[in-house]
Amino acid sequence: MSKIPAKIVKVDYLARVEGEGGLYIRVKDNEVKDVKFRIFEPPRFFEAFMRGRDYSEAPDITARICGICPVAYQMSSSQAMEDAFGVEVDGQLHALRRLLYCGEWIESHALHIYMLHAPDFLGYEDALQIASKYPDIVKRGLEIKKIGNELMTIIGGREIHPINPRVGGFHRASFEHELKPMIEKLKWAFAASLETVKWTSTFNFPDFEYDYEFVSLRHPEEYPITGGRLVSNKGLDISVQDYEKHFQEIHIEHTNALHSEHIGVGPYHVGPMARYSLNFDKLSNKTQKAAREAGLGKQCFNPFKSIIVRSVELAYACEESIRIIEQYKRPEKSFIDIKPKQGTGRACTEAPRGILYHRYGLAEDGTILDAKIVPPTSQNQKTIESDLYHFVKKNISLPEDKLTWQCEQAVRNYDPCISCATHFLKLEIEHE
Amino acid sequence: MKTKAKPKLAVWKFSSCDGCQLSILDCEDELLAVAGAVHIANFPEASRAVVKGPYDISLVEGSITTPHDAERIHSIRRQSKLLISIGACATAGGIQALKNFSNVKEFVSIVYATPEYIHTLSKSTPISDHVKIDFELRGCPVDKYQLVEVLNAFLNGRKPNTPHYSVCIECKRRGIVCRMVGHEQICLGPVTQAGCNALCPSYDRGCFGCFGPKETPNTSSLAEFWSKKGMGKRDLIRTFRGINAYAKEFRLESESHE
Repeated sequence: MSKIPAKIVKVDYLARVEGEGGLYIRVKDNEVKDVKFRIFEPPRFFEAFMRGRDYSEAPDITARICGICPVAYQMSSSQAMEDAFGVEVDGQLHALRRLLYCGEWIESHALHIYMLHAPDFLGYEDALQIASKYPDIVKRGLEIKKIGNELMTIIGGREIHPINPRVGGFHRASFEHELKPMIEKLKWAFAASLETVKWTSTFNFPDFEYDYEFVSLRHPEEYPITGGRLVSNKGLDISVQDYEKHFQEIHIEHTNALHSEHIGVGPYHVGPMARYSLNFDKLSNKTQKAAREAGLGKQCFNPFKSIIVRSVELAYACEESIRIIEQYKRPEKSFIDIKPKQGTGRACTEAPRGILYHRYGLAEDGTILDAKIVPPTSQNQKTIESDLYHFVKKNISLPEDKLTWQCEQAVRNYDPCISCATHFLKLEIEHE
Repeated sequence: MKTKAKPKLAVWKFSSCDGCQLSILDCEDELLAVAGAVHIANFPEASRAVVKGPYDISLVEGSITTPHDAERIHSIRRQSKLLISIGACATAGGIQALKNFSNVKEFVSIVYATPEYIHTLSKSTPISDHVKIDFELRGCPVDKYQLVEVLNAFLNGRKPNTPHYSVCIECKRRGIVCRMVGHEQICLGPVTQAGCNALCPSYDRGCFGCFGPKETPNTSSLAEFWSKKGMGKRDLIRTFRGINAYAKEFRLESESHE
């Protein structure tokens, strides 16, 4: 029998993701022998250089982990400090935080749907190529993104690395008159997001499903963004305080990101599909209806369809923003006074791409003694490799260039944020 | 071919948060116009398509932190007519330059269980430490309007109009009451380069130095003023040792209090 040549799918530098990574897949005798989702983004050692800094600096420093989701870092770090000091930020200050976070969801989701992910489904290299054929669609995406950025700029000062959030609240709480003009724009963005749900639902999706363990926050009253309990579709229901008892990070040679796993269970899936599948009942009637009309069930197990789910969340974030602004009354004090004390603080919030956990050990004067940060992409990394393995196994006969592109797409399903995960991406598929 | 006439633009990433190159995608109103004026030849965050060099303009984000990157920047320089470094990482080493003041081996073992898998240099350094640069645009992140101005200037063969004076000037222009004099807050505005339009003071907080040292900053006088007000060593050091910790003037000032 003649020897079947080995096949190698290899992408040295994955495009349309945030940060530097690649893929390597080796196939021999029609079997997938090796799958590596590599992160060669250089390590930056945030957890190490946080030591010795003041607690109050954590939101400004950790924001620099990610240019796309800085608010997630600011919210998780602030809330972890507040947890340590026994402070709760509620009422209108909490509402303003949620609104800022909605702005980040809108900006980040619109960026990923239109600029990073949609080109894969339409067979274009990038959104600018889409724009040459369908300028109105790309302009719609950019306009939605811009509205998210405007919301962040009003509340946070600027869209990348906002300067206004602080432990205890904000340096300056936004005025009603700054926010009210956003309502009309957000109403347009909400309608445009519903169009986005319809548009993405017309794409061709590879026939691929997997029985994931979805992990997300769940909150009794609201679709989870800023807090709640950690739950899964496989029976997990824990307080954020117990995160480290259930999840661990492992250091693997081929990547600069730490892999996370659910102890005793294995890989798990965080992000829009997990949130949606665990919190469908918390979506508004209009967004539930849009999801149903797009052909989604109450849960979604096809990772390629994450683009529809992300669009549903985009619509939700616009609608939720309108709701918050309509009820907003500027609080008299912009922040709650903080008295540092010795202890440990933990918090978890829903970054656009999944749960983001922070833990800090603090000295009596508020000096940070140690820090642990677990970003969503490192939690998804094992799941991404597992998806690639099963996807390649199922599609082994595809021509190499098509297989490579679809593998890239399989990674982009997760909206990986590699700068975050590095503590994190490169595709090579090798057929031997 | 029509595209040949357009200048070729490349965007490169080193150690960073991606925020500065995201600023390009955040120019929602200008993006399609920019894409009309230049040929985006290499921009992996936005496109799979890669056109080979040489490039007319290279925008470089991020700092040099690995032996591989220290080599890569030279090949990018060779392929680029103009090389512009953008953001605090590329111009001063970034927040990750905080490691420059400590023992990196210890750092690796704090974050990673198997330190031998990690390849990193002892210092995070700006692009200008490695190759000749044609322009530096400051900020953490860069201001997107300044970025458009810089691209516009170079495309039209003129000098970019970006200020070198301090944030104080911007506060005065905007009529913002001084955070230090009026509110007794710590503010790096007097020694920090303008460009943000006095963003933090306009949000009731002192400047924390995103745009790096201004031209000829008098950091020691500012430190002395704070010392007299009772600021201790720890706080003096950490105030100068932030986003632009490894920028020369801020570095020397923080080290002088150790």
